[in-house]
Amino acid sequence: MKMKWENHGIKTPLARARGLGAARGAVENWIKLRVTAVANVILSVWFLWFLSQTVGASHAEFTVKLADPRNAICMILLIISAFMHAVLGNREIVEDYFHNEYFKIFKLVGMYLFFFAVALACAFSVLKIAFTVGV
Amino acid sequence: MSDAKASANERPLSPHLQVYKPQLTSMTSVLHRATGVALTVGLVMFSWWLVAAAIGPEAYDVFMNFAGSTLGKLLLFGWTLAFYYHLANGVRHLIWDTGLLFKIENAYRAGYVVLLLTALLTGMTWYCVLSYTGQYASLVKTETLAEAVIEGRAR
Repeated sequence: MKMKWENHGIKTPLARARGLGAARGAVENWIKLRVTAVANVILSVWFLWFLSQTVGASHAEFTVKLADPRNAICMILLIISAFMHAVLGNREIVEDYFHNEYFKIFKLVGMYLFFFAVALACAFSVLKIAFTVGV
Repeated sequence: MSDAKASANERPLSPHLQVYKPQLTSMTSVLHRATGVALTVGLVMFSWWLVAAAIGPEAYDVFMNFAGSTLGKLLLFGWTLAFYYHLANGVRHLIWDTGLLFKIENAYRAGYVVLLLTALLTGMTWYCVLSYTGQYASLVKTETLAEAVIEGRAR
């Protein structure tokens, strides 16, 4: 049986590469997903503690707690790690289940734009509170 | 497969949902993805919380009123379940990545541990949350019309 990559002929390299799969980006994504997973496990412990300290808190109490550099740093780390993990995980799901190429690309681009914006809003909010409360 | 043409359309398909009976191992895998998507939606509420706090007390109160409402609590309870499940099963996946727990009975055992931990941790968390009931109820700010008028936000 002749394999796809054996049909040289007059095809361009791009035409031959198409359909053969990813070009070495997958391992990096796989590792990133695991590293952010480990980071999420560690930061979750802090997050649960932080929630236990702030559940039902007033705005003043909450912002003072969040403005503590130790908490602000952990929150920003959590934002980065959680959003990276979410984007990578959702990407895996979209790639597995959406087979219409245009729809898939539309979903992925939309996802990247949306999550980048939301993550940036979160991080900016934490910084704003950290730099303005109790100064 | 000697006839390449015939095999092009009859390539082996890996067993999938319609072929296999639901099993603990497959269901925990499906649930892992489902809870992952649910938690992604939860990130939107997470960002509302932080952005509202950065905007100011009034925006923060709007968020807290929603979080303390029946719908808000229901959503938060669902996300608590999803969070602990994804956390516990995520650790199970990380252990698999090291090559351990692949024997079928161990995979099942770890699966049951994940389900047990999810129930236990969710129960513990909400026991703590609800034992703050006094504090938790107070976050639903009861604003009378009179107060709103005084603050100039209503006429």
